[in-house]
Amino acid sequence: MSKKVAFLQGNEAAAHGALYAGCNFFGGYPITPSTEVAEVMSIELPKIGGKFIQMEDEIGAMAAILGASLAGSKVLTSTSGPGLSLKQELIGYGCIAEIPCVVYNVMRGGPSTGMPTGPSQSDVMCAKWGTHGDHPAICLTPASVQETYEEVIRAFNLSEKYRTPVMVMPDEIVAHMRERIVFPEQGEIEVVPRKSPTVPPEQYKPYDTSFGDVPPLAAFGSGYKFHVTGLNKMQDGFPTTKAEIVQAEEERQVRKVDANIDDIVTFEEYLLDDVEVLVVAYGSTSRSARYAVNIAREQGIKAGMFRIKTFWPFPDKQIKALAGRVKGIVIPEMNLGMCSLELERCAQGKAPVLGIFRVDGEPINPDQILDKIKEVK
Amino acid sequence: MSRYELRFSGAGGQGLITAGIIMAKAASIYEGKQAVQSQSYGPEARGGASKSEVIISDGPIDYPKATTVDALLAMTQEACDKYTHDLKDGGILLVDSDLVKNLPKGNFKVVSFPIINTAKTDVGREIVANIVALGAMVALTGQVSRENAEKAVLSSVPEAFIELNRKAFSIGYDRALAASA
Repeated sequence: MSKKVAFLQGNEAAAHGALYAGCNFFGGYPITPSTEVAEVMSIELPKIGGKFIQMEDEIGAMAAILGASLAGSKVLTSTSGPGLSLKQELIGYGCIAEIPCVVYNVMRGGPSTGMPTGPSQSDVMCAKWGTHGDHPAICLTPASVQETYEEVIRAFNLSEKYRTPVMVMPDEIVAHMRERIVFPEQGEIEVVPRKSPTVPPEQYKPYDTSFGDVPPLAAFGSGYKFHVTGLNKMQDGFPTTKAEIVQAEEERQVRKVDANIDDIVTFEEYLLDDVEVLVVAYGSTSRSARYAVNIAREQGIKAGMFRIKTFWPFPDKQIKALAGRVKGIVIPEMNLGMCSLELERCAQGKAPVLGIFRVDGEPINPDQILDKIKEVK
Repeated sequence: MSRYELRFSGAGGQGLITAGIIMAKAASIYEGKQAVQSQSYGPEARGGASKSEVIISDGPIDYPKATTVDALLAMTQEACDKYTHDLKDGGILLVDSDLVKNLPKGNFKVVSFPIINTAKTDVGREIVANIVALGAMVALTGQVSRENAEKAVLSSVPEAFIELNRKAFSIGYDRALAASA
């Protein structure tokens, strides 16, 4: 039997990816350019007995998905810039209380209301530093409609596996463009279930590290009673200020991601075997970069691309290795130099980092990147 | 590699994004090619210049936006003024002759006929002007077959409006061929 195909927007694909991953609760508040996710979920979730709720604002939406997740649902919210800002306190709550959830944020012009219909990549730092305090951060930046579908599934898997909020951040171009998508069969892509308790309710602790860095999470309503708080907590979930416990718990929460970077970080290497001029790109900008790299190659320049698929955790190891063997690194991004800073940190002066930064709501075109590639001597 | 770029432009609310989607769907679902459709529009729901771009290729498409446009539709003077600057030398420019009076200078093949009026009088409903325009673009560009484009149109509209859209597509296709002959 031939596979089902469709011609979809990135946002529509994201919603279908969530459904494939078993999402059965969506809490949201509509905002351009992410609203199509909510539209599709509002149509599809009732058909499978799931719940769709439009809350009074983005804060309420984030609170709703955290609550639903604690009750055993696989949950999604979608938003854009200003909505992401509003959700930050509760994203931090999700991090410290270790509640799996997926936050899909379409990057539009900012700060504040900015440019609602214009593309941007200026939320990538907000994905890591938007909420205060030390916390793990996972953020995926897809570059096509098919990849948006697949990365949303992976986001659900990572959030369940590491019991933490995961962000998917396409830019507006990827979110709104349409491409052909081939739907995988059921079972073709792995779907990771939540780790459930193996002990009876009276022995259960929600943060019991004898089960490892990612303790099983019981669903409220299933007979397991436990305490959830935004305060630093002990293994039983109740607040504590005991120094050694707080230190160990904070370190464990960050370690969930840091110790598993190779399991989380994904990237694409394009023409890197003999690369002299390295272009690093993510999201829709990587499509311009690939076009530019191809033209540069035709003109005899040994250009290649490292495409970031997982923005956080950042692919430090890979960039460090590449920086040691190229003449320069070109980074096109629709912000004023966010990834650029990370590249400079990783390159440690071994290669110059040349940025192309656009915040005017226009995409970075291949010619701009080609010109910058030629500046590398 | 073959890369063919189309731009559908006009005012928000004229259905040009839909026309672009159907063109891309015809290419990628029915014609067996690859296609990407993207759009840009202002914050207004109606009015304001709006454009929808479609890239068609035999192979993978990287940059999803237009670089130099092979064929452009302008349904308003504003869109024609704003969006024809990167139309390729020798490219195709289709305009609504009632609404676009000042044509850009350049070596283009200009095809013009009263698209909206054709929808109103010949098809019977102004609302399908975008499908008349789509039929014309399919005829002028030859990127997808008439049959595949028609399939894409009919699979994209509500059941009750299939005949209306079939007629709009067909009239647009034939008018464009007559106007460019």
